[in-house]
Amino acid sequence: MRKKTVVILSIVAVCAILFGFTGVNKYFIITDEDVALKIPKGFPRPHYKFKDNKLSPEIFVLGRKLFYDPILSKDSTTSCASCHQRIAAFAHIDHALSHGINGLIGKRNVPALQNLIWKDAFMWDGGVNHLEVQPLSPITNPIEMNESIAHVIEKLKHNQLYAEEFRTAFGDTAITSERILKSLAQFTGLMISANSRYDKYMRGEDTFSVAEINGLEIFREKCASCHEEPLFTDNTYRNNGLKPDTALKDKGRGAISGDQFDDYKFLVPSLRNIEMTYPYMHDGRFRKLKNVIDHYGSPQNFTPLAAKEMYEIGTLTEQDKKYLLAFLLTLTDKSFIYDRRFVDPFVQ
Amino acid sequence: MVKNQTSKIELKKLIPIVFSMATLWVAMSFTTRPSGGKLTVVFDHYVGDQLLQLDTATYTNALGQPFTITKFKYYIGNIRLRKAGGDVVAFDDYHLIDEEEAPSKKISLDIPAGEYNGIDLIVGVDSLHNCSGAQSGALDPVNAMFWAWNTGYIFLKLEGKSPASSSPGHVFEYHIGGYKQPANCIRHVSLSFAQPFTMENAGSKELHLKADAAEILKTPKAIDFSTLSSVTDFHNATTIADNYMDMFSVLSVK
Repeated sequence: MRKKTVVILSIVAVCAILFGFTGVNKYFIITDEDVALKIPKGFPRPHYKFKDNKLSPEIFVLGRKLFYDPILSKDSTTSCASCHQRIAAFAHIDHALSHGINGLIGKRNVPALQNLIWKDAFMWDGGVNHLEVQPLSPITNPIEMNESIAHVIEKLKHNQLYAEEFRTAFGDTAITSERILKSLAQFTGLMISANSRYDKYMRGEDTFSVAEINGLEIFREKCASCHEEPLFTDNTYRNNGLKPDTALKDKGRGAISGDQFDDYKFLVPSLRNIEMTYPYMHDGRFRKLKNVIDHYGSPQNFTPLAAKEMYEIGTLTEQDKKYLLAFLLTLTDKSFIYDRRFVDPFVQ
Repeated sequence: MVKNQTSKIELKKLIPIVFSMATLWVAMSFTTRPSGGKLTVVFDHYVGDQLLQLDTATYTNALGQPFTITKFKYYIGNIRLRKAGGDVVAFDDYHLIDEEEAPSKKISLDIPAGEYNGIDLIVGVDSLHNCSGAQSGALDPVNAMFWAWNTGYIFLKLEGKSPASSSPGHVFEYHIGGYKQPANCIRHVSLSFAQPFTMENAGSKELHLKADAAEILKTPKAIDFSTLSSVTDFHNATTIADNYMDMFSVLSVK
């Protein structure tokens, strides 16, 4: 017994010494292979092709660090990851509306981050037109991180660690908005989710239960015209028949385009990893996926401005709803959620 | 063997093509590096007939409302110098002209020798550069001329104070941008020189353009500070854009 303890203790000690000497946790090392862009089978050509932003492990690592660093916010309390949590496919689990610095509450539900390079517009209203400039929106929003990019650069310049990170990534220590934004684009752009049970089923690597097969059929008949496979969105703006929240007064797309026909339309979200991204809808009003399905299957509750596709769904039976739910759960991609490349580097 | 022969023949056919392309390339490399001189375009900021003075000087708008100006900055780009023969010398970069930053009001251009009779430019940033992601230089978002919530550049900022304004602190602020219809605020400006100027080899000329901030408040629509003290998105943006379209004129070429 005593002997065993000694052996275990010495193994632990050796490991600790080895780990201490190398100083680097291999788990966080990013290789060329880790940043190789692999377009999943069946996916279209991406919109963002990393043109003028050549993928490199060092730039990706810098982007990862910035993503997880609260230094990007005014009072250094809130990072991108504060609201975009990896375990929730980078949505904000169990939070209806986004949270900002000083306890401020935003006006929209935090969207999941995945397959962003296939998007030509970002945010629920599509107000952001390019992956690289996307972070400027939460950074500068007074009810999110309330910071200016100029001040972010100042703060990073005063941080010795970052000078070295920028040199490793870009060859010199200059810290510019372009470098910050491009490194973040490498980190978020490689968040590709394409290995759910649905994907494996489509590739013939997995089987579906009868309920899941029935669910997929119903989905293709009633949902897929907007939630188009394989990305599960057609990247358009639609009114899904929800009564506008009188406190939020959120006009959605209309506030961006200035066209009143766009009022109360929101970007069709992807349904990938939907199991993890609760609560749901642009304002997080539904706590459970079941509530969402109930809404889509109850045309009598739609507001008159609902998109015509909404009425094509018709009334869903309880059986239909169960099948749909079974299918939607096949979109959970555990290998994406547990991908070591996206783990918070500050925990090492 | 047969295959080899055809490739030989094809190679022979290629020789004149390659030769003429090489000649063309040599010729082009000469034309793209022409001798010429330096043209400095200077933006002189005025309010009517007076040189603009930030904060301190009080002016009066077309409706008789007094005002001061606290900020005046704008993007210009797509500079085209028109040559007498109809050719144009084109520059594709953008410049942020800022009253507070004296060096920003001078743009240095290398232009070929020859006679010039006018200049074209745009106020604003074209749609391509509004959709190109992270950029540096004049288009770096650190310049605080970028909207993050409805992404795109703010083409022009004119801010000031007027007792007539009903906004808090009696301020007015016009932040104008937008590259998409129906709120496209890019405006093309085409100016002709009263006398064409000739650029000599190794010469240097200074072109003074007047940018009159009063024009932004005047024509075609006289701006009333009491009813329109703030434009910070597409609402009323084209009204101001139509006004700034004619703010430039040629003062002199020396």
